[in-house]
Amino acid sequence: MTARILLHDKILPIGVVVLAIIAIWYAAAVFLNAPFERDQAERAETEISFSEILPRTMAQERPVLPAPHQVFAELWNTTVEKKITSKRSLVYHSWITLSSTLLGFAMGTVLGVALAVGIVHYQTLDRSLMPWIITSQTIPILAIAPMIIVVLNAVGISGLLPKATISMYLSFFPIAVGMTKGLRSPEVMHLDLMRTYSASRAQTFWKLRLPAAVPFLVTSMKVAISIALVGAIVGELPTGAVAGLGARLLAGSYYGQTVQIWSALLMAAALAGILVMTVDIIGAWVNRRMGVRPA
Amino acid sequence: MSNTVISAQNLDLTFETNDGPVHALKDITLDIAEGEFVSLIGPSGCGKTTLLRVIADLEKPTGGNVSINGMTPEQARLARAYGYVFQQAALLPWRTIEDNVALPLEVMGLDQATRAARIESNLELVNLSGFEKKFPWQLSGGMQQRASIARALAVEPDMLLMDEPFGALDEIVRDHLNEQLLKLWAKTRKTVVFVTHSIPEAVFLSTKIVVMSPRPGRIHDIIDCDLGNDRPLDIRETPEFLKVAHQVRDGLREGHSYDD
Ligand SMILES: Nc1ncnc2c1ncn2[C@@H]1O[C@H](COP(=O)(O)OP(=O)(O)OP(=O)(O)O)[C@@H](O)[C@H]1O
Ligand SMILES: [Mg+2]
Repeated sequence: MTARILLHDKILPIGVVVLAIIAIWYAAAVFLNAPFERDQAERAETEISFSEILPRTMAQERPVLPAPHQVFAELWNTTVEKKITSKRSLVYHSWITLSSTLLGFAMGTVLGVALAVGIVHYQTLDRSLMPWIITSQTIPILAIAPMIIVVLNAVGISGLLPKATISMYLSFFPIAVGMTKGLRSPEVMHLDLMRTYSASRAQTFWKLRLPAAVPFLVTSMKVAISIALVGAIVGELPTGAVAGLGARLLAGSYYGQTVQIWSALLMAAALAGILVMTVDIIGAWVNRRMGVRPA
Repeated sequence: MSNTVISAQNLDLTFETNDGPVHALKDITLDIAEGEFVSLIGPSGCGKTTLLRVIADLEKPTGGNVSINGMTPEQARLARAYGYVFQQAALLPWRTIEDNVALPLEVMGLDQATRAARIESNLELVNLSGFEKKFPWQLSGGMQQRASIARALAVEPDMLLMDEPFGALDEIVRDHLNEQLLKLWAKTRKTVVFVTHSIPEAVFLSTKIVVMSPRPGRIHDIIDCDLGNDRPLDIRETPEFLKVAHQVRDGLREGHSYDD
């Protein structure tokens, strides 16, 4: 019964989309990689038929667009076949990126919540901070990331922290905005109720504002964790980092290793999916604990 | 004679709104003695809620004076002299029924054992034993409102301020809760200020009915009403009851005709 529902609601629709994507991907690979094969044939002054081109477009060393099975072979090679500690293991690189994502996400969450608490309780903070918070996000991260890394390096901070700082810079924003909204979400009647109990500001915060803000926090954490990952990857680019998914992307583009680029991209996408899903599951668990009516 | 608990002298309250001032209360003078059950009745917008909120220190009057047991409303609020029941149950959706009743007790800093005892006795009082672990959405509207009454009672205040607590409920449930409230009042003799739209409800419950009229909100008439301590529901068919009800209705009608 549940297995059938799972098949119907989840596996079937997702499977269809995945199959469609793979089909389009193959078609695109053939289309994009064929000119190279024709060039080669022309240079060698030989005739080449389409049936000869077809298999070759899927086996180039540096294709414009690698075929899916090439990418999956590379993924398999660099994850399952390699030792995790190896510099060529994608798991190793993912872990490097993941650790700065998680650190940056944690710092961003703490910063975002702290800002929201300040903003909700002090009107001057609301007026003075909010414009800066919004401005901070209008500066392209690609412009600011190298500066953060250089400045932190200059004061002797290197390694994980500069990258995590960029993740924090990106992820605190949705948390601050969502949390501010959440902390302001209690109805006037509930605030009046706390007033009739002559509850202190701290009590009103812990017993009313904070629990009311939890659903808002969960939603903004889902956004924040995926952009924290983007931040960590972007943070690996300007440093010429030797490890991490960003470093793999960069190295791949230096040497025209498109297969490596695509497998790093897929890995990053999978990582993002897993992170968002984890937040989702934790959020659902918290909601259940808080008695949210099942939909 | 019993002593005065709530005393309002020449209360005035004007709300400053975007479309100019709204005169919500004008020259309200009212004394409520200990153990009285006082109903505020009047058409919508005549300031019943506002008056209750002034007593509860949720609203500051712009003129006049209120004292509660000789204290200002703010001092009374800080001393947790009253329990307030809102028109809606106002339960926190993420707390179970028992945790909702526990809320004011936690704020007061009572220990676990005292809290548990008060939760149990007050939920029993409103006939909600067995629903401790349910979340508000799992209860009917009437049950939620009873839970909110239990929550107000758990504070063990000397005074209950109730703003149309049964307004949204159907007649049968309302009758039932009226009976329960009356029993509770007879047992505890708390001072109750009760806002209602319903004449039978006011006459059935009260020792004193304050008829208010709108624009500006003021007291039109104060009607004494003493149907004795033992009031079964069918007292509402007796001549005494109907006489008082008639008086209230006349008062309401007169209050209204000032307008047009
Ligand atoms: N916070 C406020 N700001 C401005 N005007 C208000 C405010 N609260 C109440 N009023 C106005 O004061 C008047 C009295 O309102 P109040 O809520 O006390 O009426 P009520 O007698 O309780 O009515 P109802 O029976 O509909 O609940 C109304 O005209 C209302 O519009
Ligand atoms: Mg009202």
